[in-house]
Amino acid sequence: MILKGKVWKFGDDISTDHIAPGRLFHLRTNLPELAKHVLEDADPDFAKKVKPGDIIAGGKNFGLGSSREHAPRIIKISGVTCILAKSFARIFYRNAINVGLPVLEVDTVRIDEGDELEINLNTGKIKNLTKNEELTASQIPPFMLKIIEDGGIEEHIKKYGDFQL
Amino acid sequence: MGKTIAEKIIAEHCGKDVKPGDIVVAKVDVSMVQDGTGPLSVQELQKMDMESVVNPERTILFLDHASPSPRKELSNAHIILRKFAEKTGAYLSEIGEGVCHQRLVETFVNPGEIVVGADSHTCTAGALGAFATGMGSTDVALAFALGKVWLRVPPTFKFIINGEPKKGVYSKDIILYIIGMIGADGATYKAMEFTGDTVSNCSMESRFVFSNMSVEAGAKAGLIPTDDVTKAYLESRGRGDKYREIHADDDANYEKVFNIDASKIEPLVSLPHKVDNTKPISEAKGIKINQVYIGTCTNGRLEDLSVAASILKGKKRHPRVRLIVVPASREVYLNALKEGFIETFVEAGANVLAPGCGPCVGVHEGALGDGEVVLSTQNRNFKGRMGNPEGFIYLSSPATAAYSAIRGEISDPREVLT
Repeated sequence: MILKGKVWKFGDDISTDHIAPGRLFHLRTNLPELAKHVLEDADPDFAKKVKPGDIIAGGKNFGLGSSREHAPRIIKISGVTCILAKSFARIFYRNAINVGLPVLEVDTVRIDEGDELEINLNTGKIKNLTKNEELTASQIPPFMLKIIEDGGIEEHIKKYGDFQL
Repeated sequence: MGKTIAEKIIAEHCGKDVKPGDIVVAKVDVSMVQDGTGPLSVQELQKMDMESVVNPERTILFLDHASPSPRKELSNAHIILRKFAEKTGAYLSEIGEGVCHQRLVETFVNPGEIVVGADSHTCTAGALGAFATGMGSTDVALAFALGKVWLRVPPTFKFIINGEPKKGVYSKDIILYIIGMIGADGATYKAMEFTGDTVSNCSMESRFVFSNMSVEAGAKAGLIPTDDVTKAYLESRGRGDKYREIHADDDANYEKVFNIDASKIEPLVSLPHKVDNTKPISEAKGIKINQVYIGTCTNGRLEDLSVAASILKGKKRHPRVRLIVVPASREVYLNALKEGFIETFVEAGANVLAPGCGPCVGVHEGALGDGEVVLSTQNRNFKGRMGNPEGFIYLSSPATAAYSAIRGEISDPREVLT
């Protein structure tokens, strides 16, 4: 699976409260509406700026905090196709895989906002087309890659009727 | 090779030997959602045409985050969960019954079990020797319908805590110390195991604080071996027959081992906007506060209310400070009433609210104004957590919070504790 897109850069410790804040708790049953506020507390204009196909590059511990699956879901609804980060918080990582949003661990220090990237999910190779550089991300374990390729855990279960390790 | 607690419990639930890094499918004993995450679980099951539960008595839906509901959208979310309970026979914990994690340990979870919850603080039940972990709505929805989950077996960090804590130092201060030491991502993907004399000498209520806050260091689970204290707790809850010895083997393989001297720890405070931004109280003393919140799944139990009441007895809140107290469950509330703690709080000028998550999640009951400062006994102080990204959240023990409410500024509880 190859993804190509433009980067939006975020810092360390982007929490699920930055992505989908508690004050918007009442919008959790209305994801398209909640998605209009995605990452609002990290960048108030992000939802207006982001375009389908874009990529997020974060720092360490991306997605820390709550178990709210709404966080990766509204990032996906916003059109983002992949999140790169130095490291991810555990539940966010799992939720992203489950909703079919690829997440790759890689040192993002050399990636800047606006860079054009080409990402190979199978090999973890990331080409920075703007800087003409190549990075290698930690590989997604095969079972998790399978979930992403199936389109998320829901599609995976529909397809196999069970977890297919 | 010996096994850690996490490895033993997961092995038992997937019917084969496991090692860290393995991905397995494990049987689930208890699964739960709350009103913020559950509606999405139900919608997912409906989409998959799988709206049923395999183990209704141990599938629990908690109405605790918006309790009672402050607005129609959330009242409608509650209806989704009530209807699902009616349809499937899942257990519904109504508004005012309490915070999911407190209710789980009071009534549902036993040693050696696997618990999955669509709430990050599901790890609280690890103090009972259960492998309890937070997941997303869809994962838990599948656990409802299939009775199992996929898991990656975590490596374990062992924390050996010895020494008698000084006056004014509680399990909250010790866990804040640990998180400050290893960082908010210091145990990401790992299980944490807490052992040593300090932990053995802790009450069950204090132990829950260690497990509850494990996720604030990124951990998947916060496990404590079972012992006589666990046994007595279960017996007091009518589940003495569910007691089991759960402990790691002596030759278990730990990724890291930390030795901590609890006698050297001072009362601590976490400063905005990160839990690992911990400072000794001496460095936070004097910061003016607008609100104090005593409650939550971290520190809203009887023991916490008892310490707070002993400090607030006969005193008044500082005129600048709104004091909010929320017992973690209906049972805690009733016991606090019987003990006279509630009367003490009300006389001190507190607002005592219905058992639930209260202001901790920023949904209602005490959202911060711009630039306002709160000292809270909760587990998390992220920007925007309490309903306003322009607010500032400090975290502490109930003793520090109670004394600070009287003084109007962050204050050292050792000045009043005898």
